[in-house]
Amino acid sequence: MKWTRKLLAGPYLIWMAGFILIPLGLIFYYGLTDSSGAFTLENIMAITDPQRANSLWRALKLALISTVICLAAAYPLAMILKRIAKNRSSLIVFIFVLPMWMNFLLRTMAWQVLLDRNGVINNVLGFFHLPRLNIINTQTAIIFGMVYNFLPFMVLPLYNVLMKIGNDVVEAAYDLGATKVQTFFHVILPLSVPGIISGITMVFVPALTTFVISNLLGGGMILLIGNVIEQEFTFTSNWHLGSGLSLVLMVFILISMALIAKYDKEGEGGAF
Amino acid sequence: MKDVLIDLRNITKSFDGTMVLDDLNLSVKENEFVTLLGPSGCGKTTTLRIIGGFVTPDQGQVIFEGKDITSLPPNKRPVNTVFQKYALFPHMDVAENIAFGLRIKGKSKQYIRDKISYALKLVNLDGYEHRQVTSLSGGQQQRIAIARAIVNEPRVLLLDEPLGALDLKLRQDMQYELIRLKNELGITFIYVTHDQEEALTMSDTIVVMNQGYIQQMGTPEDIYNEPENAFVADFIGDSNLLDGMMIEDKLVEVLGARFACVDTGFGTMQPVDVVIRPEDVELVSPGEGTIDGVVSHLIFKGVHYEMEVTARGFEWLVHSTACFPVGTEVGIRVDPFNIQIMNKPVDDDEKAVGNGEMD
Repeated sequence: MKWTRKLLAGPYLIWMAGFILIPLGLIFYYGLTDSSGAFTLENIMAITDPQRANSLWRALKLALISTVICLAAAYPLAMILKRIAKNRSSLIVFIFVLPMWMNFLLRTMAWQVLLDRNGVINNVLGFFHLPRLNIINTQTAIIFGMVYNFLPFMVLPLYNVLMKIGNDVVEAAYDLGATKVQTFFHVILPLSVPGIISGITMVFVPALTTFVISNLLGGGMILLIGNVIEQEFTFTSNWHLGSGLSLVLMVFILISMALIAKYDKEGEGGAF
Repeated sequence: MKDVLIDLRNITKSFDGTMVLDDLNLSVKENEFVTLLGPSGCGKTTTLRIIGGFVTPDQGQVIFEGKDITSLPPNKRPVNTVFQKYALFPHMDVAENIAFGLRIKGKSKQYIRDKISYALKLVNLDGYEHRQVTSLSGGQQQRIAIARAIVNEPRVLLLDEPLGALDLKLRQDMQYELIRLKNELGITFIYVTHDQEEALTMSDTIVVMNQGYIQQMGTPEDIYNEPENAFVADFIGDSNLLDGMMIEDKLVEVLGARFACVDTGFGTMQPVDVVIRPEDVELVSPGEGTIDGVVSHLIFKGVHYEMEVTARGFEWLVHSTACFPVGTEVGIRVDPFNIQIMNKPVDDDEKAVGNGEMD
């Protein structure tokens, strides 16, 4: 009995080893060695190169801005969805998640067409004799793309966590003298922290590492750390440098996750 | 005569076109334990939520000490609620839950600390300040919910089936606890339940409700001994509900036999409903009672035997400490004082309204 149960875990162990641990080990190997196979920290220290450091800084900045915009947009939406009838709110969530069913590249390229100097938006603005927007190939365009692509990942966890907060708890807060604003800050917000955390994680990490959005909407001029790493693997074929920079990026992701987790623990019960 | 604290005047409320409360009038006096009792869907919880401020009536007024509070939101009302499913804040420990209302009001730390320990003593959960509420049992959570409400010193405590989720033994213990609490705090309790035993045990006044109408209001003794209509008689306790014919004052014909009773003023030859409580049916030797029958069922219930006696085609429910085996021929006798006569409802609508409304 025990033996067969252990056997069931087999496929997952093989998966973990073959597709997670071994590739990770290879990244570590390539990242910490040079082309002759000797140990070196050069690939890691390469981040101190001003251009690469800038691309990392830019990626952190854009990912952070996108995450904040997603959170600011998704939270009120999730609050509204909580108020309306369940069958209607499910439909609205469905519509918000619908773009995820389409190809990621296609969606991002659509933004290229929309934001282009002679694109749809500028044609419409021109028709009304309004000044044209010049945002394609700028950081703003990249933020547009990030928010558009990652918003559903913020909406879903927030919606789920808010729907789980019982109406009776909210009524109890009113009953005990809290205003609607006090009820929000002392009861609803603290109880939704788990949803906020997973939303932030699911937006911030892919936004930090993306290179497709910045390629398509940045016109290849705005390099994020993801683009720099991609180029090391594709154009210059320097796997050692690419892996080294990936490790650096991983450290930054771990640091940001640790910061969030720390806030989460402090946030618990710290309503007042 | 104590002062009237809460006055519900002509309250009407419907949800999605369904009438839940129809022209309800109810007065609650200071320091009274009032129970709203009725089957699910009778409007008792809606009434409580209207007093709490969670539901706005379509028509009518809620008067509190002479002031109209109908449009006042829950956080401005001098009442607190103990919710059916406790509704404790899961992200706070016991002390933080109890302190919630006081912190909102900006009370001092010392005041809050004293209040918490006072409230925990009151509900017999001394030393539970820093427990997580999710680690407590249902009964303990309910006590915390009560403590959280009473530290705010409400004039009225609203309790919405607070014992519904507890097991029988705990429920009985909590009934005594609530009576003790009410006496120690000296505040008004408005209690909602569908459990007639809870209502009889705890209340000063019971309000029996059905289909949005008050069927009868009175002391537990009144409600039990003098039900005003068949619904109340049937809902409160077990009863034998029979069709009868009022022959004249103090004489009623049931199942073709004439029983002496004490009721007057029902006219002559009027069809009436007759209620006889099972413990009021005396079993005697055949021929010595008003009608004869045969014991058809016998169950030992601990305190008494529960028997069914078939007499003239009717199954009489009888509670007695004496045991009559199945098949025994018995006579049935009822003390005139124990026969309760009620007017028959004219139609279904009136059945819901009950006779009490017409008095």
